[in-house]
Amino acid sequence: MKVNGKEMTLGNNQNLLQFLEVNQFDVATLAVARNGEIVPKVTYETVTLGEEDILEVVRFVGGG
Amino acid sequence: MAVKRTDPLAYQPGMAIITSEILDKVLKNVDNYDYSKISARDVEEALKKDHLSMKDYGALLSPAATPYLEEMAKKAVIETRRHFGNSIGLFTPLYIANYCENNCVYCGFNCKNKIRRGKLSLAEMERELEAIAKTGLKEILILTGESRHHSGVEYIGAAVKLAAEYFATVGIEIYPLNADEYAYLKKCGADFVSVYQETYNLDKYQQVHLSGPKRVFPYRFDSQERALMGGMRGVSFGALLGLGDFRKDAFATGLHASFIQQKYPHAEIGFSTPRLRPFINNADNNPNDVHEQQLLQVMLAYRLLMPFAGITISTRERAGFRDHVIGMVATKISAGVRVGVGGHEQEEKGDEQFEISDPRSVSEVHQMILNRGLQPVYRDYIRV
Amino acid sequence: MTDQLVIGGHPFNSRFILGSGKFSLEIVKAVVENGGAEIVTLALRRANQGGEENILDYIPPNVTLLPNTSGARTAEEAVKIARLAREINCGNFIKVEVIKDSKYLFPDNYETIKATEILARDGFVVMPYMYPDLNVARDLVSAGAAAVMPLASPIGSNKGLSTRDFIEILVNEIPVPIIVDAGIGRPSQACEAMEMGVDAVMCNTAVATAKNIPLMARAFGQAIESGRNAYLAGLGRVLNQAEASSPLTGFLED
Repeated sequence: MKVNGKEMTLGNNQNLLQFLEVNQFDVATLAVARNGEIVPKVTYETVTLGEEDILEVVRFVGGG
Repeated sequence: MAVKRTDPLAYQPGMAIITSEILDKVLKNVDNYDYSKISARDVEEALKKDHLSMKDYGALLSPAATPYLEEMAKKAVIETRRHFGNSIGLFTPLYIANYCENNCVYCGFNCKNKIRRGKLSLAEMERELEAIAKTGLKEILILTGESRHHSGVEYIGAAVKLAAEYFATVGIEIYPLNADEYAYLKKCGADFVSVYQETYNLDKYQQVHLSGPKRVFPYRFDSQERALMGGMRGVSFGALLGLGDFRKDAFATGLHASFIQQKYPHAEIGFSTPRLRPFINNADNNPNDVHEQQLLQVMLAYRLLMPFAGITISTRERAGFRDHVIGMVATKISAGVRVGVGGHEQEEKGDEQFEISDPRSVSEVHQMILNRGLQPVYRDYIRV
Repeated sequence: MTDQLVIGGHPFNSRFILGSGKFSLEIVKAVVENGGAEIVTLALRRANQGGEENILDYIPPNVTLLPNTSGARTAEEAVKIARLAREINCGNFIKVEVIKDSKYLFPDNYETIKATEILARDGFVVMPYMYPDLNVARDLVSAGAAAVMPLASPIGSNKGLSTRDFIEILVNEIPVPIIVDAGIGRPSQACEAMEMGVDAVMCNTAVATAKNIPLMARAFGQAIESGRNAYLAGLGRVLNQAEASSPLTGFLED
């Protein structure tokens, strides 16, 4: 699976929430696009990931 | 005997309602306009600005601005020259009919008045147009009384088509229409629409417009917007100064035009400043009387509010007044004017709406404009 | 009498909008507080794994966050970035910027209008960064913009109000707040913009590149407030004494 351009290993039957927590992302302050589609936060637990998924995980940084 | 009058806010059959916020905006601001509270300081403040706020505009219309008329005039000359150069547009009105369905207490065409009524046939119209065109004019304003029955949209459309053959610019000053009807007249060749609200004070409005379609205040108010929706190039505004409180009415007129301009930035904006003259030797010095000084104040305020707007000076004013305000504040002047039905080539078929004070011909007015160092302009664009 | 800046129905007491780029997280709080800013812009970037420091932890809680769509080259990308930003749950303000010119970093007005329309319909409080053009500003307002943010000069150039005359036209004609963004290099330039009547100033590089960043933020905050007060007070200009009667109006009768 590709996350922010990098290959990452996906645990068995991990849902999105589990994946983010296992990999120490700060779930409260990020947003996720999966295969180009924004994933609403309330559905993280119900989104099952697959090896072919491409994730973009974003957060706020300083910017004008 | 008490007569039951209709609600001036109720639309009559056939009048299309458009969605617009402008009426509410104008009336709300006029309600809050209290010119008695305006000081000389406010006027000076307004005179310093290149771009007037609503408050500044109100200041220039207030009694406090009376001692500053000369300052306003100086500023107006600069603005007028900046936007119009030396040019003064010339045109003449042609009344094609004077039938009217409105009972307006101040008007000569009042449907209750026993005046001679008539309308021009197409052949008569053509003779009139030909005669006017021979004077060199390229712009004409087609007028009717307000009667859909006697002078329907088709009839006016035929007149406009004919006029467009002889003139580069055709304006219409007729009863308010729906947007699709304005679109039709635009197709016939009309580019400019004048509709005057007369007064923006609803109480006064219903006191003087007793019956007829004109009694419907909001339908009349939205005319300019419907005309622009119909594709017209420009619209004119005016209050009949002296009918109500002229300062408040002029304030409302300026706001009405500004809001329309903001919403339809492509529209050309024009003002006219008809007035009810005070009675001469009137012992009661009525504060609402519109003498030449007050009339000029209103014209100057319009100019400073909208430096790019056309301002027309009526033949109701004397030659001496008209000659001085062109170039300073007015940009358009009528000449060779007849206010009866027809009367340019053949005998008038109907009586006049009002009396004119400046009977000069086109060539006389042309010469006067040159004498004042200005440039008479007969057409300023070509229809493509 | 309170003089508040109202954007999309939200009132603010400060007219200083702070860009948070180009300086370190530890001083964000000091900079915000010194400048008195109530709105801070942020950008959206890829998150990394594991315990990174988060800028949100450094921004005082009463501050409104204004994420931007930097990086977007088309309306479509801007819309996507805006929607992602909203998923972080920090409000519905969005500064739309669509830039496809990498040399001058000028905003693409056409794409900006398209993005504004979509996002406003989607319930965002949209604040588009734009090149100051009256027709575009009108279209942005029609599209639902809550404010417009014309550039003073190219981003990061610190050149000041190169577009002064055009921004002044926007001030006169556009009914929503005008917020000068980009190119303001000195507090005096921010003050000049405020004197002219713009509603707020957004500033980032000029603050971030100062030697003492919090102090510069304070200087900008004061300049913006001072310019606002000057505008409200009404700038003076010499006026000739009024005369009773004279050549121009000497013709009046009746």
